Amino acid sequence: MKRFAQLFNTIDQSTKTNVKVAALAAYFQDAPDTDRLWTIALFSGRRPKRAVTTTKLREWAAERANIPLWLFEESYSIVGDLAETISLVLPPNSSQDTRTLSEWIAALREVYTQDEETRKAFVLSAWKQLGGTERFIFNKLITGGFRVGISQKLMTRALARATQKPEAELAHRLMGNWHPDDTTWHALVIAEDASVDASRPYPFYLAYGLEDTAHALGDTADWRAEWKWDGIRGQLILRDGQYFVWSRGEELMTDRFPELARAVDYLPDGTVLDGELLVWPSDQPNPSSFNALQSRIGRKTVPKKLLSEAPVVLHAYDLLEWQGQDMRDTPFAARRALLENACVNLPPEAPVRLSPQLDFTTWDDLAAIRANARAAQAEGLMLKRADSPYLSGRKKGDWWKWKLDPLTIDAVMIYAQSGSGRRANLFTDFTFAVWNGNDLVPFTKAYSGLTDAEFRQITAWVRKNTLEKFGPVRKVTPHHVFEIAFEGIQRSTRHKSGVALRFPRMLRWRQDKPLQEANTLADLEELLRIYG
Amino acid sequence: MSNQPVLSFTENGIYCAAGDFYIDPWRPVDRALITHGHSDHARWGMGRYLATHAALPVMRHRLGDITAEGIAYGETRRIGGTDVSFHPAGHVPGSAQIRVEVDGEIWVASGDYKVVDDGLSEPFNPIKCHHFITESTFGLPVFHWADQASIAAEINDWWADCAAQGKTAFLGAYALGKAQRLLTMLDPDIGPILTHTATENTNQAMRDQGISLPDTIIANADLKPKDHPGAIVLAPPSALGSAWSKKFGPQETAFASGWMAIRGVRRRRAGDRGFVISDHADWDGLLSAIKETEAENIYVTHGYTDIFSRYLNINGWNAQVVPTQFEGESLDKDASE
Repeated sequence: MKRFAQLFNTIDQSTKTNVKVAALAAYFQDAPDTDRLWTIALFSGRRPKRAVTTTKLREWAAERANIPLWLFEESYSIVGDLAETISLVLPPNSSQDTRTLSEWIAALREVYTQDEETRKAFVLSAWKQLGGTERFIFNKLITGGFRVGISQKLMTRALARATQKPEAELAHRLMGNWHPDDTTWHALVIAEDASVDASRPYPFYLAYGLEDTAHALGDTADWRAEWKWDGIRGQLILRDGQYFVWSRGEELMTDRFPELARAVDYLPDGTVLDGELLVWPSDQPNPSSFNALQSRIGRKTVPKKLLSEAPVVLHAYDLLEWQGQDMRDTPFAARRALLENACVNLPPEAPVRLSPQLDFTTWDDLAAIRANARAAQAEGLMLKRADSPYLSGRKKGDWWKWKLDPLTIDAVMIYAQSGSGRRANLFTDFTFAVWNGNDLVPFTKAYSGLTDAEFRQITAWVRKNTLEKFGPVRKVTPHHVFEIAFEGIQRSTRHKSGVALRFPRMLRWRQDKPLQEANTLADLEELLRIYG
Repeated sequence: MSNQPVLSFTENGIYCAAGDFYIDPWRPVDRALITHGHSDHARWGMGRYLATHAALPVMRHRLGDITAEGIAYGETRRIGGTDVSFHPAGHVPGSAQIRVEVDGEIWVASGDYKVVDDGLSEPFNPIKCHHFITESTFGLPVFHWADQASIAAEINDWWADCAAQGKTAFLGAYALGKAQRLLTMLDPDIGPILTHTATENTNQAMRDQGISLPDTIIANADLKPKDHPGAIVLAPPSALGSAWSKKFGPQETAFASGWMAIRGVRRRRAGDRGFVISDHADWDGLLSAIKETEAENIYVTHGYTDIFSRYLNINGWNAQVVPTQFEGESLDKDASE
């Protein structure tokens, strides 16, 4: 495992992209086939079958470290990573690692079928042999989740450098439903005509946010506009008489959206659509709020009642494959024309709808349309260049998000809690309140939006201005006002304040604003009335 | 006065009624006994200061014109109705635990401490007492310090590697204590050792009191980085990545702190490397120090106070959390050190 640990350290310790890519490319060039195959797998979120439950892992680690379980759990909540917490609490290793990455994985696979006693003995002996990063990696093989600052994009670039193959082709090869147990380095990366799995998706094309107004984009005739829906991005694949639904995070979500199965009745085989999954009952003029969709996302199986209350449709806006042909190099306007033809005769009960394009002549027209996005339950607009191909990954130039400005409210910080992991020694999670007469009523939490320097400053302040402690939570002197930005507001019975905000974050620390000038509960109610 | 505890925790800091003095107060008071020179313990504005002879030069350098008196380690001084003595805390050169005895009842305020010998500070000396005030900066079982020699090897390997690549190695560490400890760990055969002005001022104060440190070159405005290839630069963490450091051209940065044990913190600081080395006690160090005092009553100040005192209570001590303005080891605020 030494060589992989070295690679891991180089990547983990560096903040420089070229250092990471160079290290990875060197590894891909000459590491053993099974090791490099597993490296791709691990860095793209795949892992061996879980040989041990995390509950057992915690118990054994606490036992081995001679600490009570509650203390282990407290430590975990501060460190923020189970694999790391385990490797930190254990005593130093007393012997040496002798296996490669894939040998360790094979050994894990072998104990998978054994009884608990054997598994425990295996894990304890691994902890004894492995120290430092190697021990951490071993734990990660069990718990999963190698977050090491290597994006799919960087990994593809490194692979391209090591194999001399085009990045776009490699990006596509790495998509989808493969697992190192069922393939080889050669089949996945090298083989000329990789037999394509029917479920394999295309890499998503992602847009950047527009920095200023759309006027800078030039002639409006070159552009097309659509609503930017507040749902989840999805790719619907119809091949071999089957359907597959992929999320942008490359998660196969087919089982969660059984209503999309009927798409095979309405669209021909060999079709791949890019679009937005939305809850949209057929008798409603607009899609439901994101909250309704949330009730569906979390569920792997869907009860009948929910299926009828919160039916999901795909709002299609792009056509990636048609009659089995990859269409991504065809200009957007032509792809769109094919898509419209395919969708024009769909009946209202079809689980696929065409996401309409918006008519506009000038950028001012479009700005006026954008101002009404909230009424259409949209987050803003998407702008796409008419002659653009479908690229992969986040690229500037051809696609832009033109989102609405967020809603904002000025609120008072009243509770602070320290973060975990990256933010272990900083106060980063705050509760905010608005005035109701002379009382401060909490209504939201937020933990992002400030710079590290601001978090350090507020942390020093919290330490000195704590009124009361409730476990990890500190009640602080009401003093600081923050401008809280959010994307939407909803009545909620689950929150004491009666409202739930969508994606709240700290937009600005209003050090210029006196406490008394923070907003009121009445202001919040007014926002709810207008936008709720 | 029999019902009054020997030491109590007030909004000015730790107070001794029998002797009418404070230990490391954070607001101006008449009489202050100071455990060590870090700015969250030795603050400005006290009427009179009392600290070890070894701590005074740096305190005078930092606090300017103060009325201060020195005391030797182990020397007993009668203050009001108390017997007071200072004992090595092993935290930084000159740092002390303060022992206060009233009518046979002994309290020890340990300030910041570590139990391992760093080769520079006067080694920690456990003091038997009834009541012990402890820090808990690293009071979690995830903190275990490796021995100093292996950390020294890690740092020197990194430095040699930077030098071989034609890069300047920047090592961020507190100006008082940590920087000098690191100095003694560096291998001068690798290249020249440069220091930031703030670090060098403290070096000089220590050299003046007879502490032996390796030769260093001050990296002030006149210095031409090109004249010192393969150098390592010791600087306060805040100076890393500043305009001053940029003029050194290609470089790598590293931080030396106990917090570097946590990968997330290491990544947040976005240095190239993090070396796990602290002047505070690790988990085992805290527990062994507490056991050796034989105290039954433990007062836990800064750090993971709630968790650490819960652990002590379950294991037979009578522990409580006391309020504090001490910072412990902070990665983010140089002033507190």
